[in-house]
Amino acid sequence: MGECELYLGIDVGSVSTNIIVMDKNLNVLEKNYIRTQGRPIQILKESLMELSSNLPLRSTIAGVGCTGSGRELAGAIVGADVVKNEITAHGMAAITFLPDTSTVIEIGGQDSKMIIIRNGIITDFAMNTVCAAGTGSFLDRQASRLNIPISEFGELAEASKAPVRIAGRCAVFAESDMVHKQQMGYEVEDIVKGLCIALVRNYLNNVGKGKEILPRVVFQGGVAANRGIKNAFEDMLGTEITVPEHYDVMGALGAAILAREETKKSKITKFRGFERLKDDFISTSFECNGCPNMCEIVEIKIGNQIVARWGDRCGKWAEAQ
Amino acid sequence: MVLTFPHMGQMYIPAKAFFEEMGIETIPPPPVTKKTLELGTKYSPELVCLPFKINLGNYIESIEKGADTIVITGSCGPCRFGLYGIVQVEILRELGYDVDMLILDPPREDYPKLMENLKKLGEGKDFKTVSRAARKAAPIVIMCDKLYELAVYKRAREKTKGDTDRILNEFEAATEKIHGADGIAKLLKQYKEELKQVPEKKGYKPIYIGLVGEIYTLIEPYVNLNIEQKLGLLGVHVDRNMRVDWWVRTHLLPDIPLRIKEKIILRRGQPYLGMCIGGHARQTIAHSIDYARKGYDGIIQVMPFACMPEVVAQSILPSVSKDKGIPIMTFTVDELTGDGGYNTRLEAFVDTIKQRKRKDKGRKRYNG
Repeated sequence: MGECELYLGIDVGSVSTNIIVMDKNLNVLEKNYIRTQGRPIQILKESLMELSSNLPLRSTIAGVGCTGSGRELAGAIVGADVVKNEITAHGMAAITFLPDTSTVIEIGGQDSKMIIIRNGIITDFAMNTVCAAGTGSFLDRQASRLNIPISEFGELAEASKAPVRIAGRCAVFAESDMVHKQQMGYEVEDIVKGLCIALVRNYLNNVGKGKEILPRVVFQGGVAANRGIKNAFEDMLGTEITVPEHYDVMGALGAAILAREETKKSKITKFRGFERLKDDFISTSFECNGCPNMCEIVEIKIGNQIVARWGDRCGKWAEAQ
Repeated sequence: MVLTFPHMGQMYIPAKAFFEEMGIETIPPPPVTKKTLELGTKYSPELVCLPFKINLGNYIESIEKGADTIVITGSCGPCRFGLYGIVQVEILRELGYDVDMLILDPPREDYPKLMENLKKLGEGKDFKTVSRAARKAAPIVIMCDKLYELAVYKRAREKTKGDTDRILNEFEAATEKIHGADGIAKLLKQYKEELKQVPEKKGYKPIYIGLVGEIYTLIEPYVNLNIEQKLGLLGVHVDRNMRVDWWVRTHLLPDIPLRIKEKIILRRGQPYLGMCIGGHARQTIAHSIDYARKGYDGIIQVMPFACMPEVVAQSILPSVSKDKGIPIMTFTVDELTGDGGYNTRLEAFVDTIKQRKRKDKGRKRYNG
């Protein structure tokens, strides 16, 4: 046996950065879920370094895929073979692990998505980034306001017998509704369950508007850990919801799968190697004065070498690398 | 009188030519930038739609360069556009700008008022001068849109990414220094030839996406976050149902064949939306059906946040999508200038279409 070929999948989201390492048979060897904390470059470097020390001996990275809202940045830093949007990555992971998937519900920290799959092909999707009422951050915030650890949120909701109705249309309305109900003396678990139902109602009305939701329905993203939300989905859709084993890192997994496909064709990876990650990455931004658009250009450097530039509309900076 | 007008895509090129031919001093607003948006949002009612804010920003920037009269078309439909000119001039006067606003409403609404405004606009010029200027400017509208149509074609197929946009940028910079219709026409011809020379990828078959939606958002690239360019760079051939030349030809010029064609397209939308509800909701639906008939691979609806007519159309489009078997996505824009979320959606939409196409190869395509 030669060296073991591994694939790296990186999902840099606004709230969390997920990294996975899998072998070519889709076995996940390493899984790293950390908060982005507004410092994507540093967090990414640190966790990759940590990860590299856990990898089996005699193994090489044969491909790297990046996704998430920070995918361009991550791709430039590590040297990615594939930089893909979250929809394709999440859909790819669901299709690969559960080939009979028809609908993917994905609720992350800052956005929520629905992906419609028919016969193993993504045929439609919807994504919500503007509204905060349907996302994990909102649940997080409400949990901390009620002083409940987010990990117990689901259990608490399950204990409720008579959920309270909470307005789910908008995070502002939801919060004032919750405060009002709490001051009237309703039980915390009933409020929590009411919130879960409101979030699901909002998701189905907003993201799922006009979509045909067929089983099998797969629920991914950090919020899938919350049993209260899962139960609310099952009640409202009248169908069983599958939460895959690696629900929290499906985006990263999808990126790694896409990288595996890509390197099958290209035969060689663009991965810079863990050693190069120790170098200093400098990211600077400046305003271009070339025209009145005044684009904000971001520049990533390793030492004196420019590895990536973006942010310009005309492409003159992106080209001049 | 020093005239100005709001921006709408490349409309300023023929508009400038027209007024210069008339001998009226004209200051087109500087290109829409972050500063325009900032000025506009600062002085506009918070809940008004985005085009209103950009217009207002345009006016202020033009006034500061010396303009004292604004010309804008009007409307008396149920959409908020009908209020634009009236409210905007109030805001400008409250800010202390002494400006005149000439609103050109459709003739059937208030004919004497329209005539009065046109007379002011014409500055006592005789009919001969006006008709001569109109005859010289009209071809420019069409030539200009043809140039951008060619750019869309080339961008999807260019061998070296960015070639097309570089030429367009040069063209736009050059128009600022040229005055009069003849000069602009020459420039348009010259850059059309240059665009034609852009080398194409051999044998490349792009996917086709039709853009529908609110007219201003569709035409003004700053507002739609350069959707045409972004899709083009992803290798997509884009077409939009609203163009300046389309508007001029169906509203101002006696272009009967195009008007009939438009009528037929609109009739096909009847079963979904039987009446005009303001704005271009009817066109959005009818043209979506038209794109599906032409064999396009997907449709994107573009609208400003809270645009009433387009919100109605948005809720009808899923039925069109289902009946005609074509994916449709809605793209709502507001004051956002960070385009991360939009890029993700566009990329995912293109991916989805490519996957679909691989599945049902051999579907017939309409070319043209």
